[in-house]
Amino acid sequence: MESLTNRKKVVSDKPMTFVEKLYIPAILKGMMVTFKHILKRRKTVKYPEETREFAPIYRGMHVLKRDEQGRENCTACGLCAVACPAEAITMTSAERTKDQAHLYREEKYAVTYEINMLRCIFCGLCEEACPKEAVFLTDRLVPTQFERGEFIYGKDKLVEPADSRIDITKRQFTGKRTHV
Amino acid sequence: MVKVTIDGIEVSVEPGTTILNAARQIGGDAVPPAMCYYSKLPGTGGKCRTCLVEVAAGSAADPRPLPKLVASCSTPVQDGMVVNNKTSERVHNNRGGVVEFLLANHPLDCPICDQAGECHLQDLGYEHGSAKTRYEEDRRTFDPIDIGNKIKLHMNRCILCYRCVFVANQLTDKRVHGVLHRGEHAEISTYIQEAVENDFSGNMIDVCPVGALTDRTFRFKSRVWFLKPMEAERSCTKCCGKAVVWMFGNEIYRVTARKDKYGEVEAIDQKTAWLCNDCRFEKKDASEWNILGPRVINRQSVIAQGKYATTIDKPVKRIG
Repeated sequence: MESLTNRKKVVSDKPMTFVEKLYIPAILKGMMVTFKHILKRRKTVKYPEETREFAPIYRGMHVLKRDEQGRENCTACGLCAVACPAEAITMTSAERTKDQAHLYREEKYAVTYEINMLRCIFCGLCEEACPKEAVFLTDRLVPTQFERGEFIYGKDKLVEPADSRIDITKRQFTGKRTHV
Repeated sequence: MVKVTIDGIEVSVEPGTTILNAARQIGGDAVPPAMCYYSKLPGTGGKCRTCLVEVAAGSAADPRPLPKLVASCSTPVQDGMVVNNKTSERVHNNRGGVVEFLLANHPLDCPICDQAGECHLQDLGYEHGSAKTRYEEDRRTFDPIDIGNKIKLHMNRCILCYRCVFVANQLTDKRVHGVLHRGEHAEISTYIQEAVENDFSGNMIDVCPVGALTDRTFRFKSRVWFLKPMEAERSCTKCCGKAVVWMFGNEIYRVTARKDKYGEVEAIDQKTAWLCNDCRFEKKDASEWNILGPRVINRQSVIAQGKYATTIDKPVKRIG
């Protein structure tokens, strides 16, 4: 059949000449390619010691944010779960009692909030849907596990610790939200 | 029979019909939205001003246009009247203003409100509201009140449509709640925190167009779009026992009356299918209901989200 491109190379099997049979020019030619690469900048990194920089909008493991006073932002409104195309998010909600006012920002809060990391496709629609700036995707990776059940991340793994906050300023919505 | 033209569509209706009801006979985009008018509760309407329409010709006898927009829920049609609803720029702008007024004191706490997803104010704001608020003053705030052990009153969210007052007046023998004060200070109250205890008091949850009156047995249990509305019935001595049960798996999370496309309780056999409190609040066990099948949900509604089965399962009946 007629070729569609001109990139095809025709293989020839004509006998080698005497110079070709010496192999030395071919070896030198090959070594030239090798030595040229010694001078070039290495493209790989030595992974565990060295890690690549992530893009500012890299979509990795989720975080459930707290506000400045350390209260959880999530009100279990369910918009992330309804936006999720992979149906990875589930939650149950409850009403905040008077003595929990320092723990949760609004009168309703998520008792359980689970993301199935095996289902999640890291599309970021949950953070886009969130009206309370509670869920964000971060540049952290989801570590490998031996059991399937360990990939279902509950609030213990998702909520950021009050004393070691997770920085998401790079991906935070820059414009001011119009609603309160 | 009188002839009236709404948005260029002619319809002949009984004399004395309001413009809104004539438009509902046409259906579709000709129907103005209504927040306070409730066809099943005589006397409602004329309060929220969302249903204002433009009358381009008063009647065949006097074809001059009416100078101001009129409330379609309480204006009877005249023969030869020409009404513009969707087609009028003036009506559209005015409705945006009305929504802004209704939202002036509304807390916009949809993420925690149980009504979200089936809220008429949400729909109205989505269609006519502006993306930004111009309101700079503090909104008036109230603490949520328990009226009885089944109903929660969030006065913050109330738009003072008076529908719940009409429910109490017309369905129950003794009304214990009403609207206190006037104008900006008006609020729904039982005055001395009295519990609303009546077999039919739960219907004020169904008629409330916003999340001001919500079901305490369903409070923060789930979001409506995660639940599956199923038509169900049971034999009840107090009411018709025809309801919609909102299920999650095999569990009934809440029970509401069957509502039509205008959000009003449907009439079954010429009688409005109000529910008694027993059916609404106490019967949460699936074995107590005869479940007929999935309810038809508008495909555009958030409640239809993620319910792929509804197109396969045969719905009980088609609305509109």
